[in-house]
Formats: sequence, C-alpha cells, structure tokens
Amino acid sequence: MTSQVSSEAGEALVGEQRSAPASPHHGTEKEVRRLDRVIIRFAGDSGDGMQLTGDRFTSETASFGNDLSTLPNFPAEIRAPAGTLPGVSSFQLHFADHDILTPGDAPNVLVAMNPAALKANIGDVPRGGEIIVNTDEFAKRAMAKVGYATSPLEDGSLDGYRVHPVPLTTLTLEALKDFGLSRKEAERSKNMFALGLLSWMYHRPTEGTETFLRQKFAKKPEIAEANVAAFRAGWNFGETTEDFAVSYEVAPATRAFPTGTYRNISGNLALSYGLIAAGRQADLPLYLGSYPITPASDILHELSKHKNFGVRTFQAEDEIAGIGAALGAAFGGSLAVTTTSGPGVALKSETIGLAVSLELPLLVVDIQRGGPSTGLPTKTEQADLLQAMYGRNGEAPVPVVAPKTPADCFDAALDAARIALTYRTPVFLLSDGYLANGSEPWRIPDVEELPDLRTQFATTPNHTLSDGTEVFWPYKRDPETLARPWAVPGTPGLEHRIGGIEKQDGTGNISYDPANHEFMVRTRQAKIDGIEVPDVEVDDPDGARTLVLGWGSTYGPITAAVRRIRREGGHIAQAHLRHLNPFPKNLGEVLKRYEKVVIPEMNLGQLATLVRAKYLVDARSHTQVNGMPFKAEQLAAALKEVIDA
Amino acid sequence: MPEPLLHLVPKAEAAQSMKDFKSDQEVRWCPGCGDYAVLAAVQGFMPELGLAKENVVFVSGIGCSSRFPYYMNTYGMHSIHGRAPAIATGLATSRRDLSVWVVTGDGDALSIGGNHLIHALRRNVNLKILLFNNRIYGLTKGQYSPTSELGKITKSTPMGSLDAPFNPVSLALGAEASFVARTVDSDRKHLTEVLRQASEHNGTALVEIYQNCNIFNDGAFEVLKDKDQAKEAVIRLEHGQPIRFGAENEKGVLRDPATGDLQVVTVTPENESRILVHDAHAATPTTAFALSRLADPDTLHQTPIGVFRSVDRPVYDTLMAEQLETAVERYGKGDLGQLLTGNDTWTVVG
Repeated sequence: MTSQVSSEAGEALVGEQRSAPASPHHGTEKEVRRLDRVIIRFAGDSGDGMQLTGDRFTSETASFGNDLSTLPNFPAEIRAPAGTLPGVSSFQLHFADHDILTPGDAPNVLVAMNPAALKANIGDVPRGGEIIVNTDEFAKRAMAKVGYATSPLEDGSLDGYRVHPVPLTTLTLEALKDFGLSRKEAERSKNMFALGLLSWMYHRPTEGTETFLRQKFAKKPEIAEANVAAFRAGWNFGETTEDFAVSYEVAPATRAFPTGTYRNISGNLALSYGLIAAGRQADLPLYLGSYPITPASDILHELSKHKNFGVRTFQAEDEIAGIGAALGAAFGGSLAVTTTSGPGVALKSETIGLAVSLELPLLVVDIQRGGPSTGLPTKTEQADLLQAMYGRNGEAPVPVVAPKTPADCFDAALDAARIALTYRTPVFLLSDGYLANGSEPWRIPDVEELPDLRTQFATTPNHTLSDGTEVFWPYKRDPETLARPWAVPGTPGLEHRIGGIEKQDGTGNISYDPANHEFMVRTRQAKIDGIEVPDVEVDDPDGARTLVLGWGSTYGPITAAVRRIRREGGHIAQAHLRHLNPFPKNLGEVLKRYEKVVIPEMNLGQLATLVRAKYLVDARSHTQVNGMPFKAEQLAAALKEVIDA
Repeated sequence: MPEPLLHLVPKAEAAQSMKDFKSDQEVRWCPGCGDYAVLAAVQGFMPELGLAKENVVFVSGIGCSSRFPYYMNTYGMHSIHGRAPAIATGLATSRRDLSVWVVTGDGDALSIGGNHLIHALRRNVNLKILLFNNRIYGLTKGQYSPTSELGKITKSTPMGSLDAPFNPVSLALGAEASFVARTVDSDRKHLTEVLRQASEHNGTALVEIYQNCNIFNDGAFEVLKDKDQAKEAVIRLEHGQPIRFGAENEKGVLRDPATGDLQVVTVTPENESRILVHDAHAATPTTAFALSRLADPDTLHQTPIGVFRSVDRPVYDTLMAEQLETAVERYGKGDLGQLLTGNDTWTVVG
C-alpha cells in the first residue's frame, strides 16, 4: 500500500475514504470518516508552544501505531517579535496507515493561532483544506501588523477552505476560570486546548499527554492540572460543538512495519543513542567535546544526561577546543566525538587535519544548516559536503558517512564509529537540520544484535630492529587496513611521540624526506580509499533508463517522488549513498548502466560535482536551497522532466 | 587537605635516572638556546617524581618550545598552534591516571592559544603548563610576541611594536589560576623547586619560564641572570618569608596603606616589621596580583620569581569523575536496551 500524498487543488482531504462512516466512537453520534493519511500543521507565535504541541501530537500518533514523519520549522530567534511573520513557528506532521517517507508537501489541516500564522502558512494549504483559526487573535491591530487590511475570516479570501473559527483563547480562559491563574498564565494553555481539539478530531490516545503534562509540571501541580483541563476542554469542545461535524480515523500502520517494538525518534536523539551504543559496542568510554551550536546542541544535551553510561561531555570554550579535547581523549583511548554545524566545522578544520596526520579515531558530527557563514541556523541544507571532503590544508582525506532518515542516524553513527576505530581516522557524520529535528517511528534494535566494534590497543612492541631489539613503531601499519597501531598512554614500553609534522613511515619520527612525504601522503589516501563500504543498491524494478542518485536526508522525498512516478507508469531507478568517501566500489559501474543520471541535492550540486569528476558521468543536478526539504510532488515533476528529456 | 591527585598516577617500579627520560631523538634547538636548560631540568626532575613514565604525557603546540615532547621518552603529542591546553584537557579529564604536562611558548599560549589557556586555568584541569617565555617569535624568525616590550623593533615592526605586552603571571591570576609561578631557565635549582611544587599541585599549574632566545632576542633576561644586576632586579618569593631583596638585602615590599598597592622601600628599623610576608596560599589573589605588577615591563627590574599563588580549589577532572560516579549511584549503571526503548513504545505483531 503505497498511496502517496496528493495535493491536487480542490481535493477536500488527502487520502482515500475507505469504509465511511465507521462505527460510532466514544459514544459520539457524529460521523467518523476513515482516512489513510493526514498532514496537519500547527502554526503560531514562537512563544505559543507549537513545537511542544506538535511533539505531543506526534507522541500520541506514534503510540497509536501510525507511520509518521515530522517537520518542525522555527525561527532562529528564541522569541521573535510577537505576532509578526518572522516570528511564526510551525510543526508539520504527516501520519498514515501505511508507510510514508516525508512530512508531506501540503497540510490538509492548518491550525493557525494568530493572523501571522495564517498569513505565513495559508499558501501551503490547498483549497478545500481545513483551517482552524483562533479568532480571539484576529483583532484589527494584529491583522494590520501582518498586512491584512480586512479580516481574512470575513472578506472571502478563505473561500474554498473549510474554516473553523474557534475562540481558542476565550474558551481556554473559560475552562480555567476556577484555577485561580492570572490571565496570562491561563492563556498559555491555549496550545493544549488546540491539541485536545485535534486529538478529538483524529481519535488520538490522550493518556500519554496527560501523564506528560503532570511530569513536566511536577513542581507546579496547579499548572499541570490547568493544562490537563485545557486539553480536555479542547477534546470536549470538538465532541460537542456543531462546527466539528466529522472526526477522522487513521488506522495503525500495522502492515507497513515489520514485527517489533517501536518508538518515535528524532534524528538528533537517534544519533546520540547511536554514539552511546557505539561506545558500548567498542567497549570504550565515550567522550564528547563540543560547543553549543544550532542544530547540533541537542546531542550535547542528550549525551550529558547519560553519565551513568560513563559518557563524558565537555562543553568547551569554543569549537576548536571542543574537537581538541575530543582528540586528546582519543589519544587516551576514548571513543571521541565532536558535534557541530557548518560554521563549527570551519573552525575545527585544522584539528581535523591533525587527526588525519595523527591517525586517531575521531567522529566529527556535522548537523548541516543553511550557509554560508551564520546562514540559516534553524533551516536545513546539505551544503557542507565539499567542506567535509576537502575543507583542510594539504591532502587530508576523511571518510564521510550520511544518514538518510531520522532513525537511520542511529545506524549511521555506529557505522561511522566502525570506520573510525578500524581505520584509525577522523570520520565525518553528515546529518542535517531536517533529520535532526524531524522524527519517525523506529524499530528498537535488539542490543545483542548490534555490531561488534571492539578494537585492539597495541600492548607489545611490533618491530624488531636489525640488532634484534624489540621496539614499538607507531606508524607501522596493518597490511590489510593500513591502520596504524593505537597505543594509549599507560602502556609500558610503548612510549612514543606523535605530531602534525610529517612522520617517517614506520618509526613516526619527524621526517622532511621528499620521498617519505610522497609515500605518506599516498598511503594516507590509500587507507581511506580502501575502507570497506557496502555496494550501493539500486532499486530498478522496470529496467529504467534514468537513475536518480541521492545522499543523506533527501532519501524520503526522493523515494516518495520515485513512487509517484512509478504509480503513474513512469520508469526510474533509484540509488542512495550512505558513504560519500569512499564511494561504494560499484558506484561507477552503476552510473554507467544508465543513460541519464539525476542528482537532487539541497545545495548547488556538490555530489554531482564529485560524481562528474570521479566517474566522468554527465550527471544532471537538481537543486534547492530554500532551507526546506524537497517536496515530493515538485521533485517528481523535476525527475519526470529528466526522464522525458 | 584534599587527596593529592598525583596519587592516582602509578609509580615507577624501579628507581629511574635522567637517562630514562631522554628519547633517542636528536635535539634540534639552536646551540645556546635556553630550551636545553629547561629540558635538562625537567629530565633531571622526573626521576625524583618517580612516576611510571608510561603514565606521563607531554602535549605541546607549535613553536620552538613545542618540540619538547619529542625529546622526552614518555608519551607525547606535538599538536597544532595554541591548542595544546584543549587537547591536554581532553586527555587529562578522560585519564586521571596520567600526569599531563603542557609545553608552550609566549606566542603559542598567549597569542593564538590565549583562549584555551585562560579556560584551562579557570576550569582548574589537572595540567602542568610550562610556558617558555622568550618575548619573541623564534620559529618564524623573529617577530615580536605578545610579551615583547612596547616599541620592540623586529622584522614585522621596523618602527617598533605598537601593542602593550601581556604579563603572563597577571593574566593567569586574572583567569582564576590556582597555581602560578615564575622561574628562569638558567637557574636550575630554582626551576626544579618550582617544578616540584607545580607537580604536587592539584589542578592547573602555570609555570612561566623566562627563557633566552640567543638568536632573536638574546639577553632579554640578562638583568635577572647577571649576578650583580640580579641582586637588584630579582625578588625571590618564598612562602612565609618577608619579601626582601637587594645586594645587601636592604630592599623590601610594603603595602601602601593609602592605596593598598605594593611598593618597594628601603628597609628601616621602623618599617621592618611591616615588610610583607609572602603568603602563596592567601584566599584571594589580590596580593599575588599586586606582586606580579612590581616588575617594570621594559627593564624587568623588581621581577618576582617563585610561586606567586598556590591554592586548593575544585579540580575539573575530579568533579567530572564524581558526576559520573554519582550518576551511577543515582540511576544505576547504564542499560542500553532500556535507554533505547524509552517510555513510549508500541508493538507490531506479525
């Protein structure tokens, strides 16, 4: 069952209606319709709690068993000026009774908490979509602030939409009038009223949210109860008011998922867990050296909570010290990590080069965001690929691994750790803002089935001099992997010095010898080129002539676009890269099988540049740099153009 | 007294000699460089410390002094410019069984690496930082450094440098350093005594070593080394002793009751009882800072050497280790399966 998001104008609700009406629900006599998927967007001021509302709806949806995908979208300012367009924060959630790949192109339902939220988001809602507006916020001044001369609720500009005007603030205040809260305090629960209403509309379970609220406000029980009351009032409002005549069911996506226990997980959380798991599987203490930066800081926050796993987190004075401390810990035998975003990578470059020269394992996690410079801190982009590949002085090759979905960040972290530990090298893990904050269901792995990442420290001399003396040579390599031995301080007899100056092959002593330098540069490159990575798989059921090649977080939109094309009878092959350096060994052969190769990226064609240079393939680039992930429909149209060209 | 952190580092099983700490690498400093004296002093002091040499690590940045680790037969890392304190912080905080030493210079520590130095000091990471101060850039062939005197004529400042110098001791005290000392390369006995105290200190110890660059800034510290001039120029600080100096020990340091500042006076029977007694363990760094300001930055007259300050305060690595232990006590040893599962799950059956 691969019905995809469609957004034809005029379609009232995306998705097929199966057996409507279903049996009455919760004693209501209202009609219940069954849908196969829904896209909801909550939008409000950045202080309105839209992210929390979206998170809660997501949790309810996850525990109900739908497949889901989310797209939080918020400004970089913590509290942008109230009621303005730049201050709008939104959270989009796509959920379904089958497997889905993206947070959806266009919302079926928009919850707009104020005029700014309506104005900023209405363009994305197809005609026929439902709009729930908080009418209390539609005062003249608030509307004028965003350029509404007349009320869009009355001037006919929302004709064609199904508008539900709800005085959310008034209703919330009314529901909480006995709580003895100030107006301001009580008003803050209006997001929970909205959540309650939407939870009723879509038959979401509610226990989780009530438990969550009581835990979150454990120290302020009256606030907890007020939020619970607002949440219930929202639910009851839906059930009793005539304006909401229909509620909807989206059945659990049981058939879409393999057997197992599931949870909802965001990319940054999955990545954090992947790092902790890698430490356990390597039997090494995990050490994070980091400096706060959006959108990577959540990994620092998360890892700092797990000290009982022996995880050390060091919030450094700057990006350079973050990676410096990590490298120092790596020298001492930790599984060392630094987390950052593009601007931080720029600052860390020299130390990454040192790690290349020292040949120590080190994970460099780059949660990409819009650039250059400060760019778009809270928006997504894939424009650090060439920085990861080449952003250092000298020949300093670094493996690059990219996760493709939020949950995949877990496996990608383990894979990056495998490469770092096996080959004694820094490794880039290139996630991005979309993966970091987006979430999806994750089949919780059995820890006993996680890969074994254990590595051997050197403990004895590894070389015999001509006079028979046994010595330790820090740069005598494993002939298969070309990795050098990792001898940690505290190991008697293996005392040695390493540094960023060119080293003599074997001994590691300083060497300026031209032939030695040539040999070392080529050997370091050969080590990275020789890293074992699995072949890239091609999905090509129809023998297509066009291949779409992607990497990283574009997996969801590309796959959704490919499904659309095939559903409409088109032929296209799909391949997705996890390993950008080295490329899978079969990539060249795969590329040459196709007449046309198209590479969609959220940059100006960085993978395309690499592919064209390495394989002399006339790959076409399809690019987008608007801070948002591709929309499946637009991408499908772009791919179709290539197919038809 | 807190537990000496040095006890966490394993001791050598057999007696050691200076030779044990010499690596097989040829020393490549310029003949006559002050670095040789410091290297010899450190290699000579290490057997006295008696640590298992595999548990000793020297980390350096970039510059002449930063070649130091190559010559020590211990573990070592010659890193990149200015970053040694950061790298050493990662090592020391993850491996409390190591004795971690940072070797740096005035350019490395105070210019490109100034940020890391001050933050290591404020955190009080268990590091021993040897700051070789020759008041010049040696490895890049003679540009002025952040400790060069104002108006210094160098290749990059033919009309004289324009920026006022840092006083490394003042800087360290301002950065909340718990141990700050100054010594001179040529005074092996004094240098060794300072190293001894630094090594025993819990937390970051900053030792500024005046070191002669005989190629690009020869004689920069001559006034402190020349026997006759030194009597007038050097103030030897000893904890618990009145601060006095001079050819006839006729000079002393007094606190000006009006300003609270320190001044050098000729000792008389009237003021002798009020001559300042050095207290390296004073609760506040105020007097230590005032002492660091006595020296004339141009002539180096009235330069105090010795331990300015040595106080116990929480050590970052210890606090970090304690938090890990507390977390295990509070939540039990981490269970990965439990963590991955979390609180909100659902099950799909086939």
